[in-house]
Amino acid sequence: MSDKEDFRSSFFEECEELLEQTQDGLDALAEDATDTEAVNSVFRAVHSIKGGAGAFGLEALVDFSHKFETAMDAIRSGEVELSDDMLELFRMCGDNLSDLVSNARAGDNSPITSAAQLEDRLFEITGDVEEEDDPEFNPVTLDLGMDLNDVPQEDEGRLVYTIHFHPRADLFAAGNEPAALFKALTRLGDVQVKANLDDVPELSALDAMLCQISWLIEVTTDGNTDEIKEVFEFVEDCCDLTIEPPGTSECAAGGLPGLDEVAISDVDEAMAPDMPNLGDLVPEVGGSVGAVATGKSNVNAADDVAHKPGDASQKALPDAGAAAVARKPAKTDKSSSTIRVDLGRIDKLINLVGELVIKEAMLSQSVDELDIARGSGVSAALDSVKQIASEIQEGVMAIRAQPVKPMFQRMARIVREASAATGKKVRFVTIGDYTEVDKTVIERLVDPLTHMIRNAIDHGLESPEERKAAGKSVEGTITLSAAHRSGRVLIDVVDDGGGINREVVRKLAIERGLIQDSDQLSPTEIDHLLFMPGFSSKTEVSELSGRGVGLDVVRSAIQKLGGRVAIQSDPGEGATFSISLPLTLAVLEGMVVRVGSETMVVPISSVQETVRPMAQDLDRLGVDAVVLRNRGELVPVVDLGAFFGFRTAPQTLDDHVLLLIASDQGPRYALVVDEIQDQRQVVIKSLETNYQQISGVAAATILGDGRIALIIDADTVMRDLGSGGPGSSGLSEKSMRMAG
Amino acid sequence: MQDAVLENTERKLEVVAFRVAGQDFCFDLASVREIRGWTSTTALPHAQPFVKGVINLRGSVVPVIDLSQRLGFGMADPGARHVIIIAVIANQTVGLLAEVVSDILTVSEADLQPIPEIVDETVRKFISGVLIQEDKMIRRLELGMILDQEGQYAA
Repeated sequence: MSDKEDFRSSFFEECEELLEQTQDGLDALAEDATDTEAVNSVFRAVHSIKGGAGAFGLEALVDFSHKFETAMDAIRSGEVELSDDMLELFRMCGDNLSDLVSNARAGDNSPITSAAQLEDRLFEITGDVEEEDDPEFNPVTLDLGMDLNDVPQEDEGRLVYTIHFHPRADLFAAGNEPAALFKALTRLGDVQVKANLDDVPELSALDAMLCQISWLIEVTTDGNTDEIKEVFEFVEDCCDLTIEPPGTSECAAGGLPGLDEVAISDVDEAMAPDMPNLGDLVPEVGGSVGAVATGKSNVNAADDVAHKPGDASQKALPDAGAAAVARKPAKTDKSSSTIRVDLGRIDKLINLVGELVIKEAMLSQSVDELDIARGSGVSAALDSVKQIASEIQEGVMAIRAQPVKPMFQRMARIVREASAATGKKVRFVTIGDYTEVDKTVIERLVDPLTHMIRNAIDHGLESPEERKAAGKSVEGTITLSAAHRSGRVLIDVVDDGGGINREVVRKLAIERGLIQDSDQLSPTEIDHLLFMPGFSSKTEVSELSGRGVGLDVVRSAIQKLGGRVAIQSDPGEGATFSISLPLTLAVLEGMVVRVGSETMVVPISSVQETVRPMAQDLDRLGVDAVVLRNRGELVPVVDLGAFFGFRTAPQTLDDHVLLLIASDQGPRYALVVDEIQDQRQVVIKSLETNYQQISGVAAATILGDGRIALIIDADTVMRDLGSGGPGSSGLSEKSMRMAG
Repeated sequence: MQDAVLENTERKLEVVAFRVAGQDFCFDLASVREIRGWTSTTALPHAQPFVKGVINLRGSVVPVIDLSQRLGFGMADPGARHVIIIAVIANQTVGLLAEVVSDILTVSEADLQPIPEIVDETVRKFISGVLIQEDKMIRRLELGMILDQEGQYAA
């Protein structure tokens, strides 16, 4: 039972990869409609989904993927030419396929009724294609990863060799496997394998130790007999083998007399458990072979190109092949050297490593207290333990890191749907698909990004008429990009629409009581009003993005991830929403500071610089407020101890340190702390599990002495100070929370 | 008759008894995870006065509540002899600061008496009944009230 569950879940995991492969293929086709490798790749992916779905009895999925596959096959065989409309249809089919997969995963195995129209349109494509070309589909539960491609044909410079191969019992006894040999042959060229079942007796008379199947193999290759012999080198002595060079075999060009085309999958299990799917090796005799089970997730485009260097059709398109390789540099390795691991195991490991880091810190602190001489064996050993611990930590974190690509592909779908709903033409561009981010971060980014992209299409892009009038291309562009920068991940959503209409935003904010008429706001401050709770820039609630949630929800979701979001807008040119996120949710690089009698941690990413204040740089404004003159700017000074209520603000800042905090939600400010003690990686511990959120505090951590220190959230400190502008409501928000 | 015996055993109750501000209290042993000696806490900003701060419980961050302050006796001055009772309330792990744990008692529910009508509201809010043991009166704490309904630390 559990085995079946295992297979089932690995089928769905494989489906994710196959759906990704489908998307990739369709993307490649959008760039170049004649990319035959892309067509093949989509075909193979859909076919593999169908195969797996059949094995699990997921009929709705089989049914739809069969139709999809048939249409792809028509393109593949050249019977139908790929048009833009068709590509659009295929994309929708891809979306539908992905819906069917997730439904099936959730246990719902019914067809999606709204997809009936898609099926009709698919049928229009395949209507003229004869059904006979598509042999009855028999689900095959296992698959050898063989890529038995097209019919053997004598290409120029390539010859067809005929091999008769009949293994004797000692071949299996020696641990050899015919399927592996056949697979090895595929490296030489196209291989056609036929099994001869004439000698197979009734089941009751079957001797499981003997192999009563012989094979007739046709290899179309530009290699010679020796190369073929080499494949069989290790089994020469335990099989009957003849290799006939071209021209000597009467079967080579024509039919294959004497062969029985009975599917033998019923017999094979009784024969030899090691060769369970001979059925795979028996293609339909005389069929035009388009649909011989070939699709296999780990044989990807790049592999194919490498395996068939002499294939004429590949030669015709060397550029396409090369481009496919160049685009997916990591892909080839990926399939052969990845394992699937339960996320829970990784998380357990991460927690343990977190403990290790804490214990290591505690140990070094105890050693320090013992006052052992520097350079002694103990401290040297401790230093290397420290280094190893941090390397393990990095390594474990890297396991959780995943490329953002699948998420970006989901966004492509959001774009298509939003574009259909608004009637705006949208081109979707992604950059940095292979940027790696913590899996949890990726998962939690889906909702905010969906919202931002819908928002960009709905509110950002102008209508086609407006774009025309503005002299822009009718098609709007949404660019989604990801990149690593100084220990953080930057994700930008860029539209080339009209930009933020600051007049309207300002007016609306006044109407909604978010700002006063008299408030003087900088353009950036106006832009950031979009993130205020209760702000929605469309007067009527639009079907698409106006669901009563505004960008404030996006911002709080990003902040929960320890991230920040900012807007940059040029009127008429478009707007950029930038998200900046930590690489991981488990550790951060922190500055350990003392505030009064408390030890706290400030994330390094927030600290722009540290300043020892000179009296001449500080000015008092009014009774309490102090400003620092720094790089020609007046920077408000905030006492962290007073902010948290640990102490009253010190009269003089002479023996204090200022941390200049860079915030993207407002001006810079300086935090007063008593002393900087250390800079180190700290493990992030949730406060909310057993307590509640605290204004100005992001999380907690455990220091070397085993005590807890709070990690400061520099952005909310800024917001809660109520420095005017967008932040002013932060204070009331906070006081409300405190009152509740 | 068998019924009566069964009923009798069913109504047995295990409680942990401890002292806060010189008075005896107890609550169900089932809620207790462990009992630790006093360790100094890390203060939490903007917290209610009865929240002493947080401690590190084998890698988890656990808030400590000053029961004396919470029950209206004024702030405790914890020393080496104080204990922290780690309990689970509404799926949250919480440390409760007490002067000393005196006993673990098995009592019959029949021994529980309702509190007299005259006592003030704070008492009624936190105490669901009293238990007479020999010469002592032990107040049974209503743990759910330590945090409010939402599991928050409201006043």
